[in-house]
Amino acid sequence: MFNNVTSKQWMGLAAFLFAIFVAVPMFIAATGRTDFYFTLTMVALLSIASGGVWLTFYIGRINIGQGAFALAGAYASAVMITKFSFSFWLALPLAGVFSALVAVLIGLPILRLRGVYFAMITLVLTEVVKLTSLALDITNGARGITNIPRPDGLSVFGLTIIPDFGAMENPKLGFYYLACVLMVLAFATLYRIVNSRLGHLCRSMQQNEELASSIGVNISHIRLIVFAISSFFGGIGGAMVASLTQSVYPNTFQVKDSVDFMLNVFLGGLGYVFGPMLGTLVIYFGWDLLFVAKEFQLLIYSTILIILMLILPNGILSLRLKKPGSDVAKAADASGLELKEGK
Amino acid sequence: MDQIPQILANGVYLGAQYAMIALGLTLIFALMNVLNFAHGQMYVIGGFVTYTIYGAWGIPFVIALAMSCITLAILGALIEKFLFAPVIKKSARDESTMLLAAAIAFLLDAVILLVFGEKQRGVPKLVDGTTILGDYTLVIANDRILICLLAIASIVGFISFMQFSKTGRALRALAQDRVAAQLMGVNVDRYSMIGFALGAMLAGLVGGLLVTITGINLGMGGPTSIKAFMMVMIGGAGVISGAIAGGIILGFLEAAGLALLASYGDITYLLIFVSLMIFLAIRPQGLMGKPWG
Repeated sequence: MFNNVTSKQWMGLAAFLFAIFVAVPMFIAATGRTDFYFTLTMVALLSIASGGVWLTFYIGRINIGQGAFALAGAYASAVMITKFSFSFWLALPLAGVFSALVAVLIGLPILRLRGVYFAMITLVLTEVVKLTSLALDITNGARGITNIPRPDGLSVFGLTIIPDFGAMENPKLGFYYLACVLMVLAFATLYRIVNSRLGHLCRSMQQNEELASSIGVNISHIRLIVFAISSFFGGIGGAMVASLTQSVYPNTFQVKDSVDFMLNVFLGGLGYVFGPMLGTLVIYFGWDLLFVAKEFQLLIYSTILIILMLILPNGILSLRLKKPGSDVAKAADASGLELKEGK
Repeated sequence: MDQIPQILANGVYLGAQYAMIALGLTLIFALMNVLNFAHGQMYVIGGFVTYTIYGAWGIPFVIALAMSCITLAILGALIEKFLFAPVIKKSARDESTMLLAAAIAFLLDAVILLVFGEKQRGVPKLVDGTTILGDYTLVIANDRILICLLAIASIVGFISFMQFSKTGRALRALAQDRVAAQLMGVNVDRYSMIGFALGAMLAGLVGGLLVTITGINLGMGGPTSIKAFMMVMIGGAGVISGAIAGGIILGFLEAAGLALLASYGDITYLLIFVSLMIFLAIRPQGLMGKPWG
């Protein structure tokens, strides 16, 4: 399944898993900064949603509407848990599926749009979902849904797999592990998609949709699938954020969040599967650390972003020396050149 | 049905304002393929400059308005020269400019917060009184009529500038085909900068005009950008006539929705969004846009 992964990359993966599952909790226990748990959990959850945005970019579409699907997922899980008393573990995947269904419904018309038109309509989507949640009764209007219970325990045949979060001594740690597991799963899925037949088809579409279509790629089918997967990630991320904060409001995900998801992806670098993770870490953590600057927070933050763009317009990961065998990086470079020459 | 004259009057008034915002955005897009996220923030800065000079210092409105335009034109030129131009040259993908535009929007928000504060600001009315026509079927404040006429005059001025001046011809050539324009001897770098400055100036002009009616505050930037995007989508990106059409259509829809749907709660924009999506499914390039921009 992952037979094209080199031993060096396995080592890197092992180091990464060790870092997030062992080193970070140890570091936090040693320094006593337990507030980092919340920040890092948010980073993990938002990077799942950003991973979805990255995937839509992979078929050449700029998606600034992930906030819409995250909000839809957050509301779906909150309604299922509070109104219909579903178990969290059932509501979480169903929230993702709900977002994916919404994406299919909306995607049928809007995926015909390209370039800047698609970007603009997705930007409007966040506002649509927000207004819908304000207008509907089941979402409780502007008051939102609060007091969402923590995830309950999960047991199969009497064997407890996951303990009840409400009874946990440290639910923050539980959420952190859960978010990290989901993030690892999400990015493993992304990696698998990119290195599969679907990934090759996506790259062909990123470069030239007409050409891809002419050699028999069913482009409308693929872009719908990719958009649905992307929104599934958004829905999962949103549902988890709702569960973490135990509440969801129409303002939980705003247009700014949608723009942030896009920024995460761009900053990490569009040609790299793990770009969204790094971008989210830098942006969210950077924003959090700048809290000490008080009223200058936004000024410093945006100045750093602009400077980063001026120095590294192709994303942070473009710093990495390109390995000759990395076809993902090569494809990204090729398509980049294509865009430049096509002007 | 007695609401119709009032709705039409409000539609014309809103449409003229919106068309000017959309014009600046579409000009920048047509010239440089940049989706200017910071457009709403530029509008807010224009409003605050007019507020400071006319409202706080008591200098005549015309000078304040001119200062708004000049400030934004200089700001736009600087942003193009030192931020967009280098990034466009260096980046492998056109889309990288989106990140830059979003970062600039944040930066301008921060600057507005530090320089002008977060309070809602208003200025004294330009003219007092209201015009009442036909037995109270049509009530319009006089200052709204004045602002509306000024906006229409500015739009006519902008179009004739684009149509008849040498700079306007160069900008249109640039929008049509960058390489061909360069081959014909158009200084591409210089006119990109002028075009961006002009687009920013339009945003500042609307800000300066509207501060006299709605006032101005920090939070108006983002929503203004979104409205501008919608107008550009309705009319078609990068087309001047499309921006005007989009602005007027959105103005009328908003005026009609606020009057007729008031009893159903705040659903005007929801309906506008949904109909926009259906419209774009039928005509993806907007009313007058070129297919696939």
